[in-house]
Formats: sequence, structure tokens, C-alpha cells
Amino acid sequence: MSHAIRLGSKRVGVELKQFFRDRESAMFNFALPMLLLVIFGSVFGGQSLEGTDITFAQYFVAGMIASGILYTSFQNLAISIPLEREDGTLKRLRGTPMPKASYFIGKIGMVFVAYVAQVTILIAVGVAFYGIDLPSTPNRWLTFVWVSVLGLIACTLLGIAYSVVPKSGRGASAVVTPVVLILQFTSGVFFVFNQLPQWMQTFASLFPLKWLTQAMRYVFLPDQAQAAEVAGEWELGMCALVLVIWVILGAILALVFFRWTPRGSKS
Amino acid sequence: MAAIAVASLTKSFGEVHAVNGVSFEVAQGECLSLLGPNGAGKTTTTEILEGYTKPDSGHVEVLGHDPQHADLAWRARLGIVLQSVRDLGDLTVIEAVRHFAQYYPNPKDPEAVIAAVGLTHKAGSRNDQLSGGQRRRLDVALGVIGNPELLFLDEPTTGFDPEARREFWDLIESLKADGATILLTTHYLDEAERLADRVAVIARGRIIACDAPHLLGNRNTGLAVVSWTEGGIAHQEQTAQPTLLTQELAHRFNGEVPDLSIKRPSLEDTYLALIDGDELRGDAR
Repeated sequence: MSHAIRLGSKRVGVELKQFFRDRESAMFNFALPMLLLVIFGSVFGGQSLEGTDITFAQYFVAGMIASGILYTSFQNLAISIPLEREDGTLKRLRGTPMPKASYFIGKIGMVFVAYVAQVTILIAVGVAFYGIDLPSTPNRWLTFVWVSVLGLIACTLLGIAYSVVPKSGRGASAVVTPVVLILQFTSGVFFVFNQLPQWMQTFASLFPLKWLTQAMRYVFLPDQAQAAEVAGEWELGMCALVLVIWVILGAILALVFFRWTPRGSKS
Repeated sequence: MAAIAVASLTKSFGEVHAVNGVSFEVAQGECLSLLGPNGAGKTTTTEILEGYTKPDSGHVEVLGHDPQHADLAWRARLGIVLQSVRDLGDLTVIEAVRHFAQYYPNPKDPEAVIAAVGLTHKAGSRNDQLSGGQRRRLDVALGVIGNPELLFLDEPTTGFDPEARREFWDLIESLKADGATILLTTHYLDEAERLADRVAVIARGRIIACDAPHLLGNRNTGLAVVSWTEGGIAHQEQTAQPTLLTQELAHRFNGEVPDLSIKRPSLEDTYLALIDGDELRGDAR
């Protein structure tokens, strides 16, 4: 096991090199939340949520960070793994004595580092240009960390599992991006969540992004904003529960469905 | 014990019998070359031995293990050069070779391997900027970095220029000298003749001939072609007794025979005759 972890840490380095050197995909995964923040910040800038002094920028930064979790893990892997299946990366690795676990450790490590870099820049830009306030209490910082970790693990596993859905590497983004977009529209990333239709809220509640966004609102908004939540409170316990369920479900789906070879291939 | 032992191997993809009862053995330290037209079953056979593909039936033993149930310690003893992989484009040559060296318990020195495949001047280049032949050399470097006991080479020199091919042959011969067993799939008959101790000709999923390159298809005892010039006209005669004919000619010319040559069938002639013969039998059926 220690061998698998040691090689896994080596894979993290190689994965990161490949991630950051492939400019298009790095940009796509990395700069998108920032772009969203810039657009939202510029459009809504100083406007406040009805009846509060919370700016739109402050409200939406939670959604941008939650989206960042989804981009760096789920979207990144569900698009890049089919490419690796197609270009021989996975076939070559299977021909070596590298433990399979090392491959997954490499992916998870890459996702974590990419996320930390992304969220750091995102917050820095938000603070510098859009007057975003940093989390105000140690509890909020702590929540920031555990929500990020649980969200990244769940969405990484789901990305690994979902990587079997695209038939080819080229078509991957066409079947991955819509999933991400639908979740973003229904989970309160682009709109204020409590203003969405009831059925949309119910639908979004089944998936991690709504809970990630909600927990990030707790992290970035003052207590007074709690009243504007659908439940009238932050529901952090429920958020933890849903994420843990998705971690377990993601692990099962990844173990059952992950494959090293393209669908319909000879081997 | 043989490094590879295969008996009555079969594998079908739908209606296609890709491998249709293949049996052969490769001794420790031996180099066996699989020759055959495209689609004959070479790659399928190789990928079964490498553990990528599950056979439908038959017995397979590679370094004493069934590839379908072998562990990572077994994998560490193999080196695999696959056909048509286009991965690792964002890493440099040296990064890729160093990284893969870490997977193996007893790897070769990455710099030495890069030098051996002739990529030292490209060590710092991104792999997606290499030419086709240079890419292939990287594949070979990654195949041998783990110091394998058994090396699978699937069309390793595709895209090499003649000089690079000769350098590659030297590399493979040095591995052989170190005792490695090699299974070489190739389209180049000169490559098989130079490197292989034995060649197995595969056609339509079966082995139709297997022997040392100079003995294949009774090359050594088959009809030879004796040619010479007589009265300004080129003459040619096929004979099972070229020595006798030459003797007669020498007698007739009372000494040197003008433009005398005796040609045994080349490996290529023999190979093509085997494949043609097999196709005729297949069509007749």
C-alpha cells in the first residue's frame, strides 16, 4: 500500500505537469470560474440582494467556488480520462507494474492542487476588484475546508465514473458540459437559489452542487443571510450527509463502471 | 522452462476468428518474430500474452504465469512496446523515461536508455514535438527502462530511417546478449532475419510455418536459381542441385562462368510463397 501511495505521489507531479502544460484544457477548467466572477462582478457589481447590504458579487462568489470544485474534479476528469483511454495512456500504464490505486491517487492529488490554485486566485481577484469579504470566523474557514475536501472527493469519483459515458475523447465535452451547466442553473450558481421554481430546487437537492453552493454561502455570507435560505438555515449537517452519500455512491460507481479500454475495443 | 508457452489458443471478435488455434513456445533468451499480413492475428496473440486480452480458449503461460491472473511483480518482469500510442505529449523525453523508471524495482539508468535509443539530443524536448520515428524510439525506451526479462515489441521500427533501424537492432541485440527473451512483431523481413532466432508466420489466425530464418519453408534445400551469361544472352535455371549445375557450367566454359550467381530464395520470397499458398488453400475451401 505504501508503494501505491509513493508512486501515487509521483503521479500527482506528472499529472500536474500535463494539466498545466495543456493550455487549452487548463484554461477551460481553471479560468472559467474566474471569468464568471469577472462577468457577474461587472454586471451586478455593487448591487445588493433585496433587503440586505450583501452585494451580488459576495452572494455569487459562493457559486463560483462551488463550480470550481465541479470544474477541477468532475468536468476535468470526465473529459480528460476518455482522451487518455483513446491515446493509449491507460493502456501503457496497465502494461507497467504501477498499482491501479496510484493512478487514482494521482488524479485526486492533481485535482486538489488545481483547486487550491484556482480558489486562491479566485478569492484574490474577488477581494481586490469586487470588494469580496473573506470568511469572518474560524468556523467558516473550517467549513470551507471540509466542504471543499468532501466535494472534491465526491466529484472526482463521479468524474472517474462518468468518464465511461463519452464514446470518444473528441465527443467528451459534449456529454459532460451540459451536465455541469444544468446543475449550475438549478443549484443557485447563476441565480439566487430561493427565487428558482420549487421543482428546480427539489431536482438540484439530489446532487452535490446545490449543497456545495449552499455551504459556501454560509462560508462567505453573514449570519443575517441565513433567513434567505429556503430552509431558513444553512443546513450544514444535511450538506455533510449528502456529500458523504455522494462520496460512497461515487466510489461504488467508479469501481463498478471504470474501464481502462475504450468501449467496443478489442481488448 | 519456456518463457512463453501457448497451446491451442483461440480468440474471436464476433464472427471473426482472430486467433484460431495457435501453439508455440519461446525459450528463455530466445527471440521469436511473428510475421504475417495485417489482420492475421499477430497483435491479438501478443495482447493475450501481455494480459490485455482474455482468450476464448487455450493454454497460455508467460514467465510461468497465466497473464489473466498475474500480479504486478509479474508485470515488472515484462517490457511492452505497443502499437500506435500517442500519450505523454505534454512531458519531455527525460521526464517520461525518469517517471516510468520509478515503476520498476530494478530499472536501467534513464540517461543511458535515452542514449541507447538515440534520443540524447532530444531529451529535453516535449514528446508531442518529436517526429514519428523519434516517438517510436521513446516507446522503445519506455519498454526497456524496467530491465525486462521478456520484451514485447509490436512493430517497433515503423517510421524509422535505415540508420535508426540499424541502431535499434544493435540495441535489441545488446538486450539479447543480456539474456532477455523477445517477442518481435514486424513487417520488415530483414529485421526478423537479423534479430530473430526463429520466425513464426501467422496467417488467418494460425501459424503456418515456424523455423529459424534460414530454414523457413525449406529455404536452405529449396530450388536455387543459377544465372549466367552465355553468348551475350542472360540464362537462368532453377535447380535442386546448384553445385552440380555450376560444376557442369565450369566444365563447359573451361574455367570462370561469366556473371555467375546462385540465389537461394530470400526470406521475403519464402514468406510470400507461404502466404500465397495459404490464401490459395483458403480460397479452395
